[in-house]
Amino acid sequence: MSLLEIRNLQVKYGAITALKGVSISVEPGQIVTMIGANGAGKSTLLRAVSGLIKACAGNVVFEGVDITNLPAHRVVALGISHAPEGRMIFANLSVRENLEMGAYPRANKGEIGHDLERVFSLFPRLKERFKQSGGTLSGGEQQMLAIGRAMMARPRMLLLDEPSLGIGPILVKAIFETIVEINRELGMTILLVEQNAHQALKIAQYGYVLETGHIALEGSAGDIARNEQIRKAYLGEA
Amino acid sequence: MSELLQQIINGISLGSIYALIALGYTMIYGILRFINFAHGDVFMVGAFIGFYLAPRIKALFGGSLLIATPVVFLIAMIGCSLLGVTIEKLAYRPLRPQPKLTVLITAIGVSLFLEFGGQLVFGPDPKLFPTLIPSSTVINTQNLVVGSNSIAVIVTALVLMLLLRFVVYNTKIGTAMRAVSYNHRAASLMGINIDTVISFTFVLGSSLAAAAAILYASVYPSINPLMGIFPGLKAFVAAVLGGIGNLAGAALGGLIIGLTETFVVGYISPTFRDAIAFSILILILLFKPSGIMGKDEPEKV
Ligand SMILES: Nc1ncnc2c1ncn2[C@@H]1O[C@H](COP(=O)(O)OP(=O)(O)OP(=O)(O)O)[C@@H](O)[C@H]1O
Ligand SMILES: [Mg+2]
Repeated sequence: MSLLEIRNLQVKYGAITALKGVSISVEPGQIVTMIGANGAGKSTLLRAVSGLIKACAGNVVFEGVDITNLPAHRVVALGISHAPEGRMIFANLSVRENLEMGAYPRANKGEIGHDLERVFSLFPRLKERFKQSGGTLSGGEQQMLAIGRAMMARPRMLLLDEPSLGIGPILVKAIFETIVEINRELGMTILLVEQNAHQALKIAQYGYVLETGHIALEGSAGDIARNEQIRKAYLGEA
Repeated sequence: MSELLQQIINGISLGSIYALIALGYTMIYGILRFINFAHGDVFMVGAFIGFYLAPRIKALFGGSLLIATPVVFLIAMIGCSLLGVTIEKLAYRPLRPQPKLTVLITAIGVSLFLEFGGQLVFGPDPKLFPTLIPSSTVINTQNLVVGSNSIAVIVTALVLMLLLRFVVYNTKIGTAMRAVSYNHRAASLMGINIDTVISFTFVLGSSLAAAAAILYASVYPSINPLMGIFPGLKAFVAAVLGGIGNLAGAALGGLIIGLTETFVVGYISPTFRDAIAFSILILILLFKPSGIMGKDEPEKV
């Protein structure tokens, strides 16, 4: 059984239809990437899964449970964490408090402390700055915090929205390596939305290409990376 | 000299009552970005709960104020919390997606409802608030008279403010409140139930208003259903003065308004008692709309 199954999902913003019937499935343990141009609807898809926006048709099924249009706070409790576009760090909270908020639905202090250490070992920079307010972090550090914070719910599935956006190449490489580590070592399944198709397809097992609200192509990450049209459109090759 | 000291103590005492009310305005603004104009009337209801309850509770504890007074405080705080939470659920929550102006007008409606409802239920005539804090004289020199109730007001307000500070900055739900005040969507992605946090904020704000009401009525024992209007407006000015949304600012603003009012009444004329807060409001809006401790970000309200 797929971990996450999205069937014929439709989302509208007023008169604009952002998703026109999208179906994808994510197998447990995988990294699945969703690539596509600006405005294709990638973030919209993640928002619909995590409950930030309502779908007008279709279904989202997680671990066999229909979670379509559940409020966001209940989706987290069921095991899906979303590191959203724009990171949405709480600028008025310290790094530590941001991470603690990530673990909000959990009660076991010992386990939370353990996971906090785990985030610090993945992102030592956060440990150095754990008293600092979230708003004073650099863009790259905020991205680490957004991923770390999403991990703090100990989710079975992580939704990552463009973790490489606005970050220098060295840090991008490090962040992608960390994503692989989170997936392999901690067993979190990952749905990764990226514009950086090249890197994303390298670490993913499976991929989808979203074009103006519908899936234009899907396949193993290798197949997509080798696809002529994709190479031209998304991998910057002539 | 001692007259000045006298005025300062009276001013701090009055100011700490305004501060308690101002904290409610500022917290609710912080979470929902609108001014809960019914807050002053929740304060009034607190005084009436105290009024009806005090004789019974006192009788229950054989006239011992040491136990009766805290019990009255507690019940009034619980009663106002329920009222605040109900107002939010019934009147504000359904309007949350609507423009802020709609909610603001609704808040004024709720305020009028409580004021006129209060006149119906409690009667429009002033009532004498029973003694909950004995007003013995603690210090009595030639020109300085400090009553135990001034001291009680200041101490109670201080304790409540420290408690609030602890809740907001050192507990999980307090951190969630700050997260929600920063960004509702981001907070909901953390698994925070926004509605619960908003209700909790109304509990905090309304229970502080209830405590303020009992303190206020212990100093000015004539209570009536419209008694919340002026303290409410003054506390609102205090919150704006301190920087709306800022807790420390609300406390500071309350003290400044209380002190200014006491000085103006004492040294200029009691006629200006209620006018002074509004003059201050006009000055802030002209010179520093973000308030003393507020950030200088342009904010559309
Ligand atoms: N809040 C909104 N109100 C109206 N339209 C929106 C809103 N958010 C997104 N849209 C529209 O929906 C479409 C999909 O947007 P979405 O943010 O999902 O794209 P995206 O694939 O994530 O793009 P990007 O790579 O630039 O982040 C776009 O046409 C966008 O203009
Ligand atoms: Mg996007």
